Amino acid sequence: MNVLKMTRRALLATTAAAGLALGAAPALAQTPPGVLIVGQIAEPKSLDPHTVTAVNDFRILMNMYDGLVRYAPGTLEVAPSLAESWEISEDGTEYTFNLREGVTFHDGSSLDAEAVVFNFERMLNEDHPYYETGPFPLAFFFSSVQTVEALDELTVKFTLNEPYAPFLSNLAYPTGLIVSPAAVMEHGADFGRNPSGTGAFTFGEWRSNEAVVVEGNPDYWDGAPALDAVVFRPITDANTRTAEMLAGGIDLMVEVPPVALSEFQGDSYTVHEQAGPHVWFLILNAKEGPFADVRVRQAANYAINKEAIVNDVLEGTAEVAAGPTPPAFAWAYNPDLEPYPYDPERARELIAEAGAEGAELTFFVTEGGSGMLDPVAMGTAIQADLAAVGFDVTIETYEWNTFLGEVNPGLEGKADMAEMAWMTNDPDTLPFLALRTAAWPDQGGFNSGYYSNPEVDALLEQARVATTQDERAELYKQMQVIVQEDAPWVFVANWKQNAVTSANVENFSLEPSFFLLLDDVVKN
Amino acid sequence: MAGYILKRLISAIPVLLGISIIVFVIMALIPGDPATAILGSYATPENVERLNRDLGLDKGMVQRYFIWLGNMLTGDFGRSFALNRPVIDEVLERFNATLVLAGTSFILCSLVGVAAGVVSASRQYGLADKAITFVVLLGISIPSFFLGMMMILIFAVNLRMFPVSGMWPIYGDRDLAALISHLTLPALALAVVATGVIARLARSAMLEVLRQDFIRTARAKGVHERSVIWRHALRAAMVSIIPVLGIQAGFVLSGAVYIEIVFQWPGVGRMLVDAILKRDILLVQGGVVFVAACYVMFNIAVDVAQTLLDPRIRS
Repeated sequence: MNVLKMTRRALLATTAAAGLALGAAPALAQTPPGVLIVGQIAEPKSLDPHTVTAVNDFRILMNMYDGLVRYAPGTLEVAPSLAESWEISEDGTEYTFNLREGVTFHDGSSLDAEAVVFNFERMLNEDHPYYETGPFPLAFFFSSVQTVEALDELTVKFTLNEPYAPFLSNLAYPTGLIVSPAAVMEHGADFGRNPSGTGAFTFGEWRSNEAVVVEGNPDYWDGAPALDAVVFRPITDANTRTAEMLAGGIDLMVEVPPVALSEFQGDSYTVHEQAGPHVWFLILNAKEGPFADVRVRQAANYAINKEAIVNDVLEGTAEVAAGPTPPAFAWAYNPDLEPYPYDPERARELIAEAGAEGAELTFFVTEGGSGMLDPVAMGTAIQADLAAVGFDVTIETYEWNTFLGEVNPGLEGKADMAEMAWMTNDPDTLPFLALRTAAWPDQGGFNSGYYSNPEVDALLEQARVATTQDERAELYKQMQVIVQEDAPWVFVANWKQNAVTSANVENFSLEPSFFLLLDDVVKN
Repeated sequence: MAGYILKRLISAIPVLLGISIIVFVIMALIPGDPATAILGSYATPENVERLNRDLGLDKGMVQRYFIWLGNMLTGDFGRSFALNRPVIDEVLERFNATLVLAGTSFILCSLVGVAAGVVSASRQYGLADKAITFVVLLGISIPSFFLGMMMILIFAVNLRMFPVSGMWPIYGDRDLAALISHLTLPALALAVVATGVIARLARSAMLEVLRQDFIRTARAKGVHERSVIWRHALRAAMVSIIPVLGIQAGFVLSGAVYIEIVFQWPGVGRMLVDAILKRDILLVQGGVVFVAACYVMFNIAVDVAQTLLDPRIRS
């Protein structure tokens, strides 16, 4: 009896203690007005734009820095930013930029031509005194740059070693953002934690694994932002991120899992969607096995029910892809292209013509990775669709880095097909790196399925040296028609990036570039 | 006693060296390298080679191991590729957070588990025993990550009694009350399984002791029943309960990985998972060696405590 009495007393004491703790706990208030709390998917690596590669980090950086150029709102077309105007030489190898006057970095130093030269020299010149503040993994975006010179205080000239049309788009990419040379000299390798740019928000503080805080820059050259501050919180688990959004702990959530979208119907939330420069596809091994025959590759495109994948597996968070170029590149996309229809009958006919009935296929699937959406469920759906037209598909699943290690060196001798997805900033990038004959894995490219068509090669080479956008667009449109017909890939989906905002967030919209731009956003 | 402790400490050295070799070899052999992970879509052989050179990964394996070991002995754990800061800063900060979580959980499960076991044993087959056994079995059977998600859904999203995730409020004071409100759910979710295990083992340890002669003697000479159980029997039973507590401490520490991910607790378990996925070699190696060293030290401490309690082992 005594024992029980004792525990009763203990129980009472524990309950009381718990009650006290609860009473003392701070009220879980809504987030303050003027401050936007963003639920991010990971802790950023660094706030030095030249050293990072992840979209997650870009979301912060695009609000703290400006580049020479940027994408015009709602498009993937290049527009002036720190450079007010530019001239391109006849042969496409000299770019001269005229810088905006009176722009200063957050640390007070002024933006001039020498500062721009410093930025590119630091990334590209191994003898530069601040080269060791890297590494700069994406510096090869500018590998065609031979020299960068300051012609006068506000004029800077880039000389390329060959014409390279994607150069302007690459300058609009986060790797082209301009950092303060004075701050780099002061902080060296720790610049990434003591950043200084020219952007709409200045650096506030970085509490590791908790939050990065940036504050509105009242002197921003393009007009002071409406927000007082933005807090970027890393919440890696998608379920926890959803729960934080539902509990009011964050105001803006990016990368909402498709299955969680139904939680955000109703007036308290706004769901935003925006198709971006993303394509999800299957690489087919065109060198050996059944897919060496173009009819079997086309059959795979007919056999797979892309509508079902996009609507049922991905819950409408993507659209059916028609070809290798995402429609988000509006100027370079060929609108006449129709996706392969779902037609298992046609697929069976083509397979019979090619004599590939009942072929056994090995299919590389990844567990997850950048831009891969829901790869296991999608892989399973694809396996079932191919089984319905008589293929015997064996799935091999790999963790993302292992997967890249298997797929990038080429599928020969290992697999007939593999999942893949790309997000790029220029219509040149993906086909140039993954569809040309000169981009086969043994030559250092990503053409892991060994597709080869001299016509496509020629079109892509021409587009790269063309200097006007119209000329390039025409070449890319021709390329898309040929590639769709040749079917080196199964074109599956173009991802629509999504985000959810709470009712007190206004003026927010997603960009086709997938960057998160917050200078116009209002938080009540 | 001092000699015993010293002997145990010296024997820990080969253990730690072995761990450092194992974790180094594993990180070197798993497919995928940091340069590929950093470059993602742009990992052309040329880019990977250049980045590996910049990261200092182009040297031979044996050479890299000894460079790493040598640096570590001088206290330099290197710099994390993925977080761009010294490994030791990150590990200490994260380990601190894990200690707060796992420590609270451990205290919670030890106290509640032992108490429940003692009550169970002293009322064997009674109502209290049956009720406790039922709750304990239920607790052992629920995976902690699932329990954590359910707790978030009920207490954070619907009732809004506690914050969903994190260790500190984004706004407001970083005081004890704020910590407790963030700590309550994850510490409870983490403690549940270990509490059940401890309760079961404490119960059987107590039952064994309660059948012994000295207990009958104590009762016969008129010692109060509460005293018999909590003073005489529990003290004797502690000799077999303490090693269980030691094992459960390890369990709580490793179980913290799931809880840290579900509740986004900035601890060392979540750090290691992220680091492995990003192939952040130095952070994984440094983190594992550090955690292993702490675990070894903790085991030595448990052995020493047991020696102090049990005169038979002392000699």
